[in-house]
Parts: sequence; C-alpha cells; structure tokens
Amino acid sequence: MSVTGPRLQPVLFERSKPGRGDGKVPHPPKDALDRVPSDQLRAAPPALPELNEPEVVRHYVNLSQLNHAVDTGFYPLGSCTMKFNPKLNEWAARLPGFAGLHPEAPDEIAQGTLQLLFELEAMLAEISGMRAVSLQPAAGAQGELTGILMIRAYHRSRGDVERTDVLVPDSAHGTNPATATMAGFRTVNVPSAPDGGVDVDAFRAALGPRTAAVMVTNPSTLGLFEPRIGELLSAVHEAGALAYMDGANLNAILGRFKPGEAGFDVMHFNVHKTFSTPHGGGGPGAGPVGVGETLLPFLPWPRVLRETDGSFRRERPGERPTSIGRLRSFVGNTGVLVRAYAYIRAHGTALAEVTNDAVLAANYLKQRLAADGSYDIPFGRPCKHEFVASSTSLRKETGVRTLDVAKRLIDFGFHPPTVYFPLTVDEAMLIEPTETESLETLDAFAAALIEIAAEARSSPEIVTGAPQTAPVRRLDEATAARQPDLRWRPMTGRQMPCPD
Amino acid sequence: MPYGPHTPDDRAQMLAALGISTVDELFADIPRELRASPLNLPPPEPELELSARLSGLARRNRVDMASFLGAGAYRHYTPAVVDQLLLRGEWYTAYTPYQPEVSQGTLQSIYEYESLIAELTGLDVVSASHYDGAAATAEGALMTCRATRRERVLVSRAVHPDYRATIRTYLSVGGLVVDEIPLVADGPAAGTTDLAALQHMLADESEPVAGVVVANPNFLGLLEPMAEVGRLAHAVGALFVSVVEPVSLGVLLPPGGYGADIAAGEGQPLGIPLQYGGPYLGLLASTEALVRQIPGRLVGLTKDLDGRRAFVMTLRAREQDIRREKAASNICTNQALLALAASIYLAAIGPHGLRDVAALGAAHAAALEDALADAGAPRLHPGPYLNEFAIRVPDAAAVHRGLLDRDVLAGLVLAEAEPEDPSLADGLLVCATEVTTKDDIDRFASALRAELRKTDRIPAVPVAGGVAS
Repeated sequence: MSVTGPRLQPVLFERSKPGRGDGKVPHPPKDALDRVPSDQLRAAPPALPELNEPEVVRHYVNLSQLNHAVDTGFYPLGSCTMKFNPKLNEWAARLPGFAGLHPEAPDEIAQGTLQLLFELEAMLAEISGMRAVSLQPAAGAQGELTGILMIRAYHRSRGDVERTDVLVPDSAHGTNPATATMAGFRTVNVPSAPDGGVDVDAFRAALGPRTAAVMVTNPSTLGLFEPRIGELLSAVHEAGALAYMDGANLNAILGRFKPGEAGFDVMHFNVHKTFSTPHGGGGPGAGPVGVGETLLPFLPWPRVLRETDGSFRRERPGERPTSIGRLRSFVGNTGVLVRAYAYIRAHGTALAEVTNDAVLAANYLKQRLAADGSYDIPFGRPCKHEFVASSTSLRKETGVRTLDVAKRLIDFGFHPPTVYFPLTVDEAMLIEPTETESLETLDAFAAALIEIAAEARSSPEIVTGAPQTAPVRRLDEATAARQPDLRWRPMTGRQMPCPD
Repeated sequence: MPYGPHTPDDRAQMLAALGISTVDELFADIPRELRASPLNLPPPEPELELSARLSGLARRNRVDMASFLGAGAYRHYTPAVVDQLLLRGEWYTAYTPYQPEVSQGTLQSIYEYESLIAELTGLDVVSASHYDGAAATAEGALMTCRATRRERVLVSRAVHPDYRATIRTYLSVGGLVVDEIPLVADGPAAGTTDLAALQHMLADESEPVAGVVVANPNFLGLLEPMAEVGRLAHAVGALFVSVVEPVSLGVLLPPGGYGADIAAGEGQPLGIPLQYGGPYLGLLASTEALVRQIPGRLVGLTKDLDGRRAFVMTLRAREQDIRREKAASNICTNQALLALAASIYLAAIGPHGLRDVAALGAAHAAALEDALADAGAPRLHPGPYLNEFAIRVPDAAAVHRGLLDRDVLAGLVLAEAEPEDPSLADGLLVCATEVTTKDDIDRFASALRAELRKTDRIPAVPVAGGVAS
C-alpha cells in the first residue's frame, strides 16, 4: 500500500549532529557563572538535539502537513466548535503592546490590556445574562472547578456544610464529574430521559439537603435544548442547591437564551469554541466564568476594576477576603482573551446570526442524513448547533461500526466527527458543522457519509480497512499502553526504522 | 456576518429542505418565558476599524521601558523561526489529536516535547502540558497525595506567591492540608528554605507528609539546597516536588540529578511571549514510578498496521473523558501550542545556545548587582543566585514609582507581593536576562541614584497589606 502526500519524519533527535546550530545569542564571558557554586551546576549541557535552522524549519513544516486542521478542511468535531479562526485575531494578539506586556507591569502602564479585559468581561456578562465574569480560568475545565469551588464557598458561608453531592446527567462531558471530584464532592449520575433530555423527575428524586449543585449542559451534549430547564432550575433552588451551566454549547444559543436570565447561578465560557480562538492542537483555551448575584463575592482574584477617574486596575491581594483565591498565576490567558475580544467586537449584535447559521447548518445536515436513512437519527426534533447520528442499524446490517465510518471519512478528506460520545447513545457520532462551513461543504460531507454506508453494504473491507490515504494506517494502541514509550531513547529508535 | 459563507439563497435552500420558513422555528423549543432579552452589544465592526481599535489599545500599554521585572515571567530573545512556524494553520487550527491517523504532526511534536523536557529535567515522564507553572505545581502537589495516600503538603514560603495561592485553592478541599515552610531569617542562608524547620515539620508523625515543594531558583532568586531537601523528604516517605525555571536548567543541576520525584514549573521562558500572563506553559514531569498518577495527556510511540513508526495518546485511563469522576484530574484543554513553541525554541537554540542564554543572564545579573550596589541599593540576601535577586531600597514602592517616571521598570515591589513578610518590606526583586543591555543597567543605576538622593520623595502608596482585612 503506498502512502501518498506528506511523509513521516524522523524524530528531532535523529536529525541531530554535534556542532550544528549556532548564532542565535552571543557567547557569554568565561566568568559568567563564577558566582554560582559548582555543586549547583550540571557537568554538561542537557542532551538536546543540535540542529541548524533550515533543518528545524523543514522538520516542523513537514510535520505540520501530517495534520488535518480547520485551515485545511472540514472538522465537524461535535462538542468542540471547530469554527474558522480569524486571522486578524492572530495579528492582534501579536501586537508588541499586547505580546510584550509583563504580567506584573504596574497598572498605569497596562491600561490598554486592562481596558480590553474590562470590556470583555462586560460583553460576556451581557451575552450570558450574568452579573459579573472572571477571566482567570485557563480552560473550560478550570472554569468548572472555579464555579464548583465558588458554590462550595457559598454554602460554607451560610454554615451549610452538609452538602456533599453534585448531580450530573449521564450525558455530561467527562470534565463535569471529574471537576466535582477535584472540588471534594461526590458525583451522583442522573440518567437521561428517553427523548435525550434531562429527566426532571429523576433529578427531583435525587435532589435533597445533601445536594450542593447541579451541573447541566444546555443545549445538552446531544445538541438538544432542554425545554424543561425552567422547571429543573426551580427544583434545584427549592432544594437549596445552585445550578451550574457548562457553556461548551454556547454557540447554539447566542442571542436566544441567556443562562443568567433563566436562573443559572454560574457558567463557564469556552472562548476557544464559541469565540473562535484557535484550538492549538489541544490548547490553549480560556474558560471565563460568569456568576449571578449569589456568587459574586466568591469570584477568584484579581478582578479588573474601573476607578471613578476611568482608569483600570487589578484587585490587590486580600482586597476581597470572600474570594475563593487563585486558580493560576497572574490575570489569565490574556493572549487568548485578546482574540476573543476581537471576535466579539467584529460581530457585536451579529453574534445572534452566528447562532442562527450554526443551528441552521446542523439541522440541514441532519435532515440530509435523515432523508437518506443509512444512519439512525435517534432524536428527531430540531437540534441546536450539533446532532447525534448513529451507526447502530448499519452495524447490524453490515458489521461496519462508527469507528470504521469515522476512519473512512478521512479518505474522503474530512475530519471525523466526535465518536462514541455521548456515552448514552450506541455507535454515536456527534456532528457539529459550525456556521463557517459553506453549503457546498455540508452537501459534500453528507454525500460522503451516504457513500460510505453504500460501501459498507457492497464492500465493507474498504471501510473497515480505512484510512488508506492518511500518513499512517490504524495504530496499535494496545501495545502503546502496555509498554509505554513516552520519550526518545536512541535504542528504541533503532528497533523501528527511521522513516526518512 | 464577518466570516459566514452563506448567501441569502443558501439560507433559503436550507430552510426549504427543512420545510420551514424562518430560522426562528428551530428555536421554538426554548420556552417563551426563558427567551433572551436582546443582545445589548455594539454593532459589528469592519476589520479596518477593528484593527485600528486593537492597535490603539495595544499602544496604551507601555512596553518600551528598561525592564528588570521577572518574578515568574521573563523577557527573553525568541528566534524569529519560532513564531514563523507557529503561524502555520496546520498547527494552531487543529484540535486535540483524537484521530491519530490525521494528527501525526501534533502527536510527534508532543512526543518530542516530552523527550526534550525529559532531557532538561532528568525525569522520564512528561505530561503534554498544563495551564501554567502555578497550576502544574498544584497538580504536582495533588500527585504526591494520591501516590502516598497522605494528606499534608509542605510548601516553601520561597515558592512564588501565586503558586502558593493556587496550591491552596486546589488543595483546599477534601481534607488536604497545606503548611508553609518558613525561610531562614538571617545569616548566609537568609531567604532560602529553613531546613531545620522542614525537618521538624516532617517529624510530626500525627500528620504524615505527602510531598515537599521547593523552588530552585526560589521566588527571591536564591539557589536552594535541593539535594538536602530531597533527602529529608525521602527519609520520611514523602515525595519531593521541585519547582524549576527551564532556562536555568541549561546550566543548573536538573531535578532528576538531585532526587526530585516531580518537577513542575513555568515554561514561558522557552520562546513564549509575556502577553500579560498567558497563555503560558505548565511543565510537569515525574519519575517513571509515578506514571499512572501524572495528570494530563501523554503521547507514546507505537506502530501502525503496516509496522510504520507512529505516535498516539496513551495511558488514557487516567483522563476525565474515560474515567470521569475517578480521573487523575479534570484537565482537558491544555497548552499544546505553547508546548510546540517551547519545542521549536529548544530545537532552534540547541543545548549550547540554552547554556549561553542562562549564562548571559547570570553575567548580566552580576553586572546589575554591582551597579545597583554602587548606586546605594545592595542585595537583601547574601546567598548565591543565578539571574534574579532582591535589593534593599528604603521606601521601595515610592522609589519604584519614581523610577517608572524615568522609564525604568525596577522589578517587583516585594512588599506588595509578600505583604506578610516584614523582612521583604524594603525589597525590590530584579532580574537580568540575555536581553538586558549595559545601557539598561546604566540607566537603572543612574536613575536609582537620583531617586535615592531625592529628599522630597512622594509618600509611599499604601501597600496591599495595609488594605487587607
């Protein structure tokens, strides 16, 4: 089988040759380290590879070409909102005034960034209907931890220390239960209703004096808005608990539903989803947290404040003793927040159109697949920005699984959707097209899925043997886990031939 | 809409396929009483105007001063190649490599990152990145509790105050206890972790210690007796977490070389811009014995069906999407692009370049020490340092402000960062790196001399400790 396209690359260390690479910084004087005790010094420099710049460039350019990315093709990864990342935002974050500013710069020389952060907080509060926002959390999961720690602090501030449980629907992102554990709570998993929604009655049964919080994703991880959300929120508050909203799916409800207005007490934003900051191969993100009046005193410090003279400043240590404290160093992932600010200013009131188009595209794609009938569409009602399809029937008929369909999509030039999530649907594919993909792309993707189903019936080995055109074929993940090789050692490399 | 591809005809075609007349019908499931109030936001801004707005905001920041500010984030020279390569969309617009067949670029780059940081730290297992140095250190502290099944962590007071605050937040739950190890008050070891106090705290058998966290260089720039800390910790079955600054590891003994079980730290100095605090790079590494306790993604080497070398995320049973409430951490999104930046930086600068960067910082810091002492601000502590140290300046906050007016960013006012430590009341924490010039040092020294001569100095602004309740 021949591999076309970009080629695999040797590891950096295999390209190394002693004596290569110089000229980046001046050589230090001989006595540079004379004041450092010799028992603190290493005998020889670390064994890093020695390369010259042209080799470094080819290595990383060639490696980059082994990736699928939003800039190279459709990336309908459900729950991840892989929308286009505007180039203006990359330019803005690199402006010397933003990029070169030290995080401990005195407030008077940081007014531009502080103003940007202050305005961003206000815009996020408006979008979510929340009272205030902390920009500190570095990612959605850290935002969740921030929210749950604030809820814990709230209950404790009232002397209510018996609340040990966090209720989470079984369709939730894995970060929700993992967060509850990190924050010292017990997770209670609540089953979903048959229609994919939150089972309000099951929640009512689980709610009680031990419930600290309920964590809900709305729209749910099935891409469905919870029509009984108002009822659920009332029940939560009647039980003395607070309601956390996982904002991962905010792209579905901009201008349509403000969680704060509806009664959620706290939520996080994934700016790398909704507000187009790049996913970066896994990060960075930023996970600002919005709160209503109840949790306002507990926000992490430092917040950015506006003085009466119109200048901006950071909160000082100890200025707000009710704060839960810090989640990380300094103010936050400011470089990411600059990009989010640019995105929100570019759209302004047109953010509502972002949601309209994202939801329209998802429903259109869902309809195309439903009309064909090769894949099951477990939930027929209108979805929001994403929807679940399933290969359950296809598998019964042909033996071809969702995993195979996903891998075959790669041969058609598409990134697979999120697969086997949510856990509540067998053979699930969670498909999120986003608002920045054209009708032609949506049609081509639907056609590819339909053709793959036809292949599954006529020549399933094509599908189960996919991908054929990617840089590598399916991987031996079992051996990787059984005998982990997590760092380069020259011996390992000799056992497996160098690709170049 | 700025980045949307749909024409009115496209939308009409999609609506027709759905058999509806307006998109509003797709939102009919939102109960009327819960529908949002109108979005009170500014109108959309065309790129020409928005770019001017952004430039204007950036210009309101001052980044042109002679800066001696470090304190956990450092100015360094980043070779041009780093950002040129980061700007490839194949890197920054990809997501977590869940589909390894179309993510070998990201996966190999993470494996190489793990290998590079393993060489730097002398530890074999490197997590694919955490949010920043503070969060990585807190995760390291949590690891020691899981691994030892003990509940008390000792943290040196000379660990960065933001890191200590973050450790407190992360460990404030589930009955975990954080105690701070005091610093030596005077003598040759002043400002470093008090080993006698540490030994005493470790000896308390009623509360066995899971981990000991010490930084080298420490927050005050001083070098710590790391090997001795490790021996004391291990003697009572505790684990040793070393907080490191990665450029310093170009010349300093690595954590693996003095018995650390875990290394954590801030990777920002490896080619990542200051950008007001992030995105940065949380470094976290451990011995192989702790591989199942380390949180965050790990990439391993394997092969594909045809026997070709390939890379894949592995040991995923530690992670939240598999283990949910039993996961080692809730971390999902990490700092992958910054790990890539650090890798490209290390590849471009090489082992000798990294040593030169660290050594130049030390040389410039020595020159700075001499110039500032000559100007009337001697060091606050006598012990050895690498490229950062505290100086003694009466009325430090006011002098710092006066220097700002002379376009000198005179480091960090220690009384504001550590309001509870009276020994630091007159301290400024200053650093030098390879980008510090002789001109900068001369400007600082002469401006400082002038400030110290001033008799009508503006009264000191109340420091943070003064307003804390």
